[in-house]
Amino acid sequence: MTALFDLKKVAKSFVKGKEKISIFDDLNMTIEEGDFVAIMGPSGSGKTTLLNMLGGVDQPTSGEVWFAGERIDSLSEGNLAKWRANNVGFIFQFYNLMPMLNAARNVELPLLLTKLSGKQRKKNVETALTLVELADRAKHMPSEMSGGQQQRVAIARAIVSDPKLLLCDEPTGDLDRATADEILKTLQLLNEKFNKTIVMVTHDPAAAKYAKRTLHLDKGEFVEEGMAA
Amino acid sequence: MGSVFSQTMAVIAMNIRSLPQRIWMSLAMILASAVVVAILLAFLAMAKGFEATLSSAGSDDVVIFMREGSAAELNSVISRDQVNLIEVAPGVMSDANGPVTSAELYVVVDGIKKSSNTEANIPLRGIQERGITMRDNVTITAGRMFTPGTNELIVGAGILQQFDGFELNANVRFGKNVWRVVGVFSSGGNVFESELWADAKVLQSLYNRGSSYQTMRAQLTSPGALETVRAYVENDPRLNLDVQTEANYFAAQGKQLGYMAIFGRTISIVMALGAIAGALNTMYTSVAERSAEIATLRAIGFSSLSAFAGTMVEALVLAAMGGVVGSVCAFMLFDGLNASTLGGSFTQVVFSFELSPDLFRQGAGFALAIGLISGFFPAWRAARMPVVAAFSKVA
Ligand SMILES: Nc1ncnc2c1ncn2[C@@H]1O[C@H](COP(=O)(O)OP(=O)(O)OP(=O)(O)O)[C@@H](O)[C@H]1O
Ligand SMILES: [Mg+2]
Repeated sequence: MTALFDLKKVAKSFVKGKEKISIFDDLNMTIEEGDFVAIMGPSGSGKTTLLNMLGGVDQPTSGEVWFAGERIDSLSEGNLAKWRANNVGFIFQFYNLMPMLNAARNVELPLLLTKLSGKQRKKNVETALTLVELADRAKHMPSEMSGGQQQRVAIARAIVSDPKLLLCDEPTGDLDRATADEILKTLQLLNEKFNKTIVMVTHDPAAAKYAKRTLHLDKGEFVEEGMAA
Repeated sequence: MGSVFSQTMAVIAMNIRSLPQRIWMSLAMILASAVVVAILLAFLAMAKGFEATLSSAGSDDVVIFMREGSAAELNSVISRDQVNLIEVAPGVMSDANGPVTSAELYVVVDGIKKSSNTEANIPLRGIQERGITMRDNVTITAGRMFTPGTNELIVGAGILQQFDGFELNANVRFGKNVWRVVGVFSSGGNVFESELWADAKVLQSLYNRGSSYQTMRAQLTSPGALETVRAYVENDPRLNLDVQTEANYFAAQGKQLGYMAIFGRTISIVMALGAIAGALNTMYTSVAERSAEIATLRAIGFSSLSAFAGTMVEALVLAAMGGVVGSVCAFMLFDGLNASTLGGSFTQVVFSFELSPDLFRQGAGFALAIGLISGFFPAWRAARMPVVAAFSKVA
């Protein structure tokens, strides 16, 4: 396995009024391609902030973020957007589907940033929806679907353009146990069968068990636990 | 990377398609735009109507008599006895054909406008033969003068242009009466061109006015004779009349209209600014409501340009819809608005108070401007929206 992510001496702080809140001082980490990492930690420890930096939607205050040999923390706004479109699929706690688009249209969104023809896009959308077992719901609106179904649409959207990396912020935080297990199994499948590298923030130890390893974030430091099942 | 065009179109389509789901916000924006366009169109139409009156200069050696205190012709009354007294007043010119005066009255009739095919009011003025020569610049450009005592009328060039059925030799019917158009006159673009003229006596009998008139015009022997005439009127208790030169009369009307114009313009600007502020606020709210959607699209990789364009086009579409609504309202309220609606003091203006295709083009321009102004800043905010908002818990 080659290193997909490399964080070097990453520091991140927010300025709130006159106060400076430092989240990380000196964070170093490596994520290999094909890994499935769960990130846990108390509320406010900076899990989301870290995920945002990995996903190129937030920049470190200092330090370097390397992705597949490319330094992404210094990319321009426009280039970062292109980088995200090519490399990252996001899965959010509240699904973040477009309420006025049906499932298929939601899944198609990332493909609108590619040069694929309408026909090709349709085919890829079908493939992605089939993978999350929602092919029969393609024409349904988000409001007509359960939370678990909406999250699966969101997963289909995240993988439809075949990115290397999936970033999930509490993807099961809003779901019941059984539904959460289904979603986590889907993520595991994506990791094992489709070689997606997954970084997942979660509060739920049961969810973390689906990952290959778990990182505990506390007071700006990582405390690594053993390999999970 | 895929084309900038396809992602921008996708965002625009999404925004437009979600408008029905954000119905109140959409209606608020349409309303704001409609209000601005309707107000500005109304003001422009009014201003256009004023031009005709303001362009009337009037002369110094013609005086106008009206009942004491009446600001406009429509609410003035002059009796036959008063007319007789004025005809022999010192300072009023007489020649071989008698006194150079014209006692006049004024009724309102309906015509069909060519532009909109709707009914609008036209002033039909009864004059005496001398009424023509006493007015500057009035010339018969086609046909001939009406014959006194007959149902003949002459038509102003403006009427001929804007109304159906007033061609030379045409018969026109007002109520039970049929008139024959025997001539066309021009008056150099001033208000008279928007009138029909006929014999005052015929008008009196057809409209049951007995022997009364509304105004009287008289030629002075010289401009200085005004004081002589005025003294004569003031010393005779039967003559409870106001006298003023035609130049003064027009100037006073012009002044009154000038105030109206300033008032109208101020009101329109204030209301337009208010409505634009409302539109801006509405669009900011729209962006705030969609912040999670915008941020999510940005996280997926959509450009900030697409976020900008989506909001901008949304504002333009809503403003354009408002523009249509505003224009239609303005048209229904103001097109061919007539004397009876506006009240006596504006009889001279009302006829020109009409909405032309040109004004509608301006209305479209206003709507576009409102869309641009109220869309730009919120669109800018949408484009600058931090992508991390997609991860916030309020999604
Ligand atoms: N944009 C911001 N401006 C100021 N402070 C911020 C900002 N974003 C995050 N923070 C602060 O940084 C700290 C870490 O936030 P973060 O959202 O990364 O925590 P988290 O570990 O994801 O917490 P949770 O488990 O509640 O989601 C918090 O104290 C938060 O208040
Ligand atoms: Mg968080």
